Amino acid sequence: MSDPKIEGYVFKPGFKGMAQDTGSDQTMFKGVHWGKAMMWIFLLSDTFIFSCFLISYMKGRGSTLIEWPNPSEVFALDAFGVPVPLLLIAIMTFVLITSSGTMALAVKYGYEKNRKMCGWLVLATALGGLTFVGMQAFEWSKLIHEGVRPWENPFGAPQFGSFFFMITGFHGTHVSIGVIFLFIYAYKVFAGHYDEEKRGWFTTMKGNYVEIEILGLYWHFVDLVWVFIFAFFYLW
Amino acid sequence: MSEDFNDNKTIQAQSSETISGGSGASPDMDYVRPAEVGDQDLYHGHSFITKWIFCQDAKVIGVQYFLLATFTGIIGLILSWLMRLQLGFPGAAGFMTAEHYYQFVTMHGMIMVVYFLTALFLGGFGNYLIPLMVGARDMVFPYLNMVSFWMFFIAVGVLLASFFVPGGPTGAGWTLYPPQTILEGTPGSGMGILLMCLSLILFVAGFTMGGLNYLITVLQARTRGMTLMRMPLTVWGIFTATVLAMLAFPALLVGALMMSLDKVLGTSFFMPTILKAGEVLEYGGGSPILFQHLFWFFGHPEVYIVALPAFGIISDLISVHSRKNIFGYRMMVWAIVGIGGLSFFVWAHHMYVSGMNPWFGFFFATTTLIIAVPTAMKVYNWILTLWRGNIRMNTVMLWCLGFIVTFVNGGITGIFLGNVTVDVPLSDTYFVIAHFHMVMGIAPLMVIMGAVYHWFPLVAGRFLDEKLGKWHFWTTFLGAYSIYFPMHYLGFIGVPRRYFEMYDSPYVTSATGMNEFISLAAFLVGAAQFILIFNIIKTLKTGKPAGSNPWKACSLEWLTPTVPPEHGNWGDRLPVVHRWAYDYSVPGAKEDFITQTTPPSEVADTGVEKT
Repeated sequence: MSDPKIEGYVFKPGFKGMAQDTGSDQTMFKGVHWGKAMMWIFLLSDTFIFSCFLISYMKGRGSTLIEWPNPSEVFALDAFGVPVPLLLIAIMTFVLITSSGTMALAVKYGYEKNRKMCGWLVLATALGGLTFVGMQAFEWSKLIHEGVRPWENPFGAPQFGSFFFMITGFHGTHVSIGVIFLFIYAYKVFAGHYDEEKRGWFTTMKGNYVEIEILGLYWHFVDLVWVFIFAFFYLW
Repeated sequence: MSEDFNDNKTIQAQSSETISGGSGASPDMDYVRPAEVGDQDLYHGHSFITKWIFCQDAKVIGVQYFLLATFTGIIGLILSWLMRLQLGFPGAAGFMTAEHYYQFVTMHGMIMVVYFLTALFLGGFGNYLIPLMVGARDMVFPYLNMVSFWMFFIAVGVLLASFFVPGGPTGAGWTLYPPQTILEGTPGSGMGILLMCLSLILFVAGFTMGGLNYLITVLQARTRGMTLMRMPLTVWGIFTATVLAMLAFPALLVGALMMSLDKVLGTSFFMPTILKAGEVLEYGGGSPILFQHLFWFFGHPEVYIVALPAFGIISDLISVHSRKNIFGYRMMVWAIVGIGGLSFFVWAHHMYVSGMNPWFGFFFATTTLIIAVPTAMKVYNWILTLWRGNIRMNTVMLWCLGFIVTFVNGGITGIFLGNVTVDVPLSDTYFVIAHFHMVMGIAPLMVIMGAVYHWFPLVAGRFLDEKLGKWHFWTTFLGAYSIYFPMHYLGFIGVPRRYFEMYDSPYVTSATGMNEFISLAAFLVGAAQFILIFNIIKTLKTGKPAGSNPWKACSLEWLTPTVPPEHGNWGDRLPVVHRWAYDYSVPGAKEDFITQTTPPSEVADTGVEKT
């Protein structure tokens, strides 16, 4: 799908050539699948959503008069009676980043038409995502048991609870939607929908392994956003 | 025709070479390289429901968007009548309390800006025109496009439902500034504001689906020969506006979500410590200014989301109806793109009186004046397009001329308000009302009207009645000036906006008569819009049949095999494009227009320029 050689079209060198290629007829991104281009632009829009959230968080944290809780203490987990800072978060992050790796491999095997491997790797990615969401639910319930609420917080500024639940909740929703789609796609791969170009239930469009890559783009994006949330909430 | 001529000069033929007159006209010069992707796979509806209701045809979706946006627009119009009734003749409508007045102000503003203008330009004209103008069979994701419309439908439903919940719709002003938006005492501070936020979130979600369609169709699904610099300016305007929307609506979404949480969960994102009747409320520590920044980071690009499609459409209408190529096409394209980029750096000029750092005001005043430069270039280019053109003085052209005058008018008062020192005393007066109604109310509305009269023959296959059209234009044009010119004066004498009644204030003596006059004009202008509806209903049955390409235009939407175009637009073969959309009155040509699909060999001995 991503073969840049277009019949009858020669890419031109240099900056001027790049401008000419960009403005040429039919397509701006040569050989790029429509769905893939769509996902990139959607992710750009989604980036602005998360940026607005994180900038609001910085502003909120900067303007509140009550002291912000210390993340090393709030997010610590007791392991064998010793509070270890960021233990759970480290595992969560590891699982999520690993699932990005399995996703990338799934895309590779998809394009090689290796149905079995692709399906197992998509399934592994889905399970990784599910583990992440489960651990996040655990962390939420731990904080809630300790008295943190969106409107109040025993450790300091109430905005800590507000922003934490809102932003990790919004990200967790993204992960959950991704997990649902990963399970559906795993089924579609195993059932051979992409090999036979079976038409989609809703869209009636022909199936193609490029869909795995498109979902992969979304999944990598969700992971990347997590890196920023991790840095801003747990390390700052 | 063209893939039969497979020689080595592939690039040369499709790039911009001057076709000089005289000898050597051979089919080689007509070569356009073959299609990169196969023909689009389309789902053809086969029942009433799949053809007209849950339809995947962009043209039907465009008309659906148009009708629903018009319906909400009429509600906004009725609200404005009620407001003017109260302002001109206080107490004339017995049921009108101050609370109702604020609710009507709020709903009028939000409906007109988001649910009427945005939906109509991008959802309506975008859906109908983009695939036709770039030579595609449909939008690239027809199913998503259908869902986009139905999300919009639900969003409108939720918005209108807020009229019927306890407390009524929100009355906080369309800017929804916290903290007062969600505090008791503001009308609709309970369910009203929640439904408003929910409706906005749904609208953004639905719009994102549509917007992805518009962008990818323009970027990746143009027909053979349709380079970016051959696209009609309408497509450029809608495309750039969609980019703005994709990047600006996230801020609105986040703002609406945080506001809902402040209301429902009692968080304090936007809520500072508040004393109410001597008691401290539960809220505390939030920043109301944060909401203003989020809102206007959406709000200012929103102005251009409405304006840029209008700029694009008007350029095409003026060019067609003055039989001249658009003056400075490339300049127009770059002005659209430049305005789009700059529009993200001017938002805080809406916040000069919010108490932000004065250096912020300095920065945003500067960027505001800079954005006037590309805008002014566009106005010059429209006038230079008209200059020595073969102008057809029909209804479409009247709306175009009305737009240019009105836009210049509203633009100049914008320069006033962009400067901090002038803005501060004029802030929250009727001067501001007059300014933005001129520049983003009446001016885009005139473009919509011009576009309706222009493209109705394509959509319905019949002309709208010219006589009714001229009545419609002149009442609207003169009436709109009767409304908004006096408002500038009201602003200068300091009459504040959003006041239910002036009571015994010193303004009353000079403002009362003027307010009555404005109200009468507003009733008239509002009523004049029903001329258009009558015109449409009448001509759908009895109008003069238009036939194909009735305006003798060059662009692709008029060149479909059937009028109105069918699903799939182009019959068996996609069109092949050889030139831009503005080859009007070319010296030496048989007719005064050369369509985009005319191959160069057919017009080799004319003075046609490279494009």
